[in-house]
Amino acid sequence: MFTPHTQKDVEVMLKAIGIGKVEDLFSEIPEKFRFPELQLPPGLSEMEAADELESIANANGNTKTLLNFLGAGAYDHYVPAAVDMLLRRGEFYTAYTPYQPEISQGTLQAIFEYQSLICELTGMDVANASHYDGATAAAEAVILAYHHLKGKRTKFLISRAVNPQYREVMRTYVRGNQDISIEGDDAETGIDPSMEKLIAQIDADTALVMVQYPDFFGRVIDYKPLIEAAHNAGALVAVAVNPTALGVLTPPGEIGADIVFGEGQPLGIPLSYGGPYLGIFAVTNDLLRKISGRLVGETVDNAGRLAYVLTLTAREQHIRREKATSNICTNQGLMALASTIYMSLLGKQGFEAVSNLCYQKAHYAAAQIGSIQGYKQLFSETPFFHEFVVRSPQPAAHLLDDLRAYDILGGYDLSKEYPELEGCLLIAVTEKIAKEDIDLLHDALIEVTHD
Amino acid sequence: MNFPAELKYAQTDEWVRVENGIATIGISDYAQDALGDVVYFEFSVEAGDQVKAGGQLGQVDSAKASSEVILPVSGVVTEINEAVSDDAEILNQDPYGTAWLLKIKMDDPAELEKLLTAEAYQAFRLG
Repeated sequence: MFTPHTQKDVEVMLKAIGIGKVEDLFSEIPEKFRFPELQLPPGLSEMEAADELESIANANGNTKTLLNFLGAGAYDHYVPAAVDMLLRRGEFYTAYTPYQPEISQGTLQAIFEYQSLICELTGMDVANASHYDGATAAAEAVILAYHHLKGKRTKFLISRAVNPQYREVMRTYVRGNQDISIEGDDAETGIDPSMEKLIAQIDADTALVMVQYPDFFGRVIDYKPLIEAAHNAGALVAVAVNPTALGVLTPPGEIGADIVFGEGQPLGIPLSYGGPYLGIFAVTNDLLRKISGRLVGETVDNAGRLAYVLTLTAREQHIRREKATSNICTNQGLMALASTIYMSLLGKQGFEAVSNLCYQKAHYAAAQIGSIQGYKQLFSETPFFHEFVVRSPQPAAHLLDDLRAYDILGGYDLSKEYPELEGCLLIAVTEKIAKEDIDLLHDALIEVTHD
Repeated sequence: MNFPAELKYAQTDEWVRVENGIATIGISDYAQDALGDVVYFEFSVEAGDQVKAGGQLGQVDSAKASSEVILPVSGVVTEINEAVSDDAEILNQDPYGTAWLLKIKMDDPAELEKLLTAEAYQAFRLG
């Protein structure tokens, strides 16, 4: 039993505040509400409790038993068994960088490798040791731009085709700061792939322009004109990425992005409601001093041996206090390690192969579904990666319900976040989906549509 | 430790030299020594800014600390020494020379009266 205070401690404290017994602390609460009797069932044995919990867990659908075309920011990829095997070793099993970090050279080396892989993938100069998830990384991009421009610019233009959850988290983050105005993601600016209406809003007060690549609808848009317009106006550009897509796409670092961030879950981390996921965050050398979170550097010790250290800590909150760009320094160490193992196992060729499989299968699926009577692929003239939008002849929510009867998770109902996309489904296809699975979805859609 | 007699000093360790109403500002030898190895300097103001004494001039990071540099006088910033943001280590090597920080066209020469003489500053710091 946990006993924080001895009887004597309690007596001393009661005497100090001038009351006779602990119960007197609760005298403000009406008698009938004090210590109510809880109507709990009798206790269970361990075996009975395990059974009950399992039956509750089984009420959830899962991607082992359902055919899954649901993506919208988190994706169902195959995770090699070695990822979990290595990850669960006791030496690694903590989310935290140790408080005396240099004593844990293995942890620091793993983070250093992670940073190096993220830089290579994104085409950026510097990556931090990670954030919580894609949404919090998005919010960190906003804060970084605000501080980099010394709070002199207040307009933050976010594309409406950036994940709606990221946009919500960004707004939550900056709610207390009257100087930051997040705009550009309204229905009027819209989701046209030309980006013209968003570009037109870039001005001398714009601190940051944020886009997603591929965007929330899976589209691959050439952001060069937007990046050029933003830089001409002195604004920074942040690009949210799906890391898997970077196996086949030009990295945003090569087209001039200042900040590249994203959800790292597709890199060997299983789907789970509420995480833990992984926030990727990388910047150019110009922003090196502004990046939040931990940075691990490679150096040599006094005997000339290779060693890893936390570096540039002067920019971090424990030294810079209220002047720091961000007060976040927790990272997702274990998830960053999972993604490092995943990327290392796949290697450059394997990573490209996964990316290419997703791309090819999604294009087969789009062609198949687009051929069904009454169905139309939207934005079909814009290139896409492994996710696409289909307009169906009936409300998407009904369609998804009907598909569950076939053990299919048919996709994401876009009308929830985009009223202009009533009846539209966002469908994701990963390397785990076989051609037969796509044909199954195609046939099921025909059946539920003609019901 | 060097306290040039021709300069004025702020209690927050900045020095000021005035020529024809233009104040040149830097950090003192005492400040660079207390900071240790300076690794980074960032200006909080830019040329053309109207600034007030007591506001933040910049941020200096050393291997062990991050500190504010304070504006000792008010006026319009006429020039910024980019050499310091390019290579902050010169703050350790030459705080009164090549590592000057910025020049300000002063609003009110009387503000100099509030600053310390070399002698008073040395006494303030070294006792």
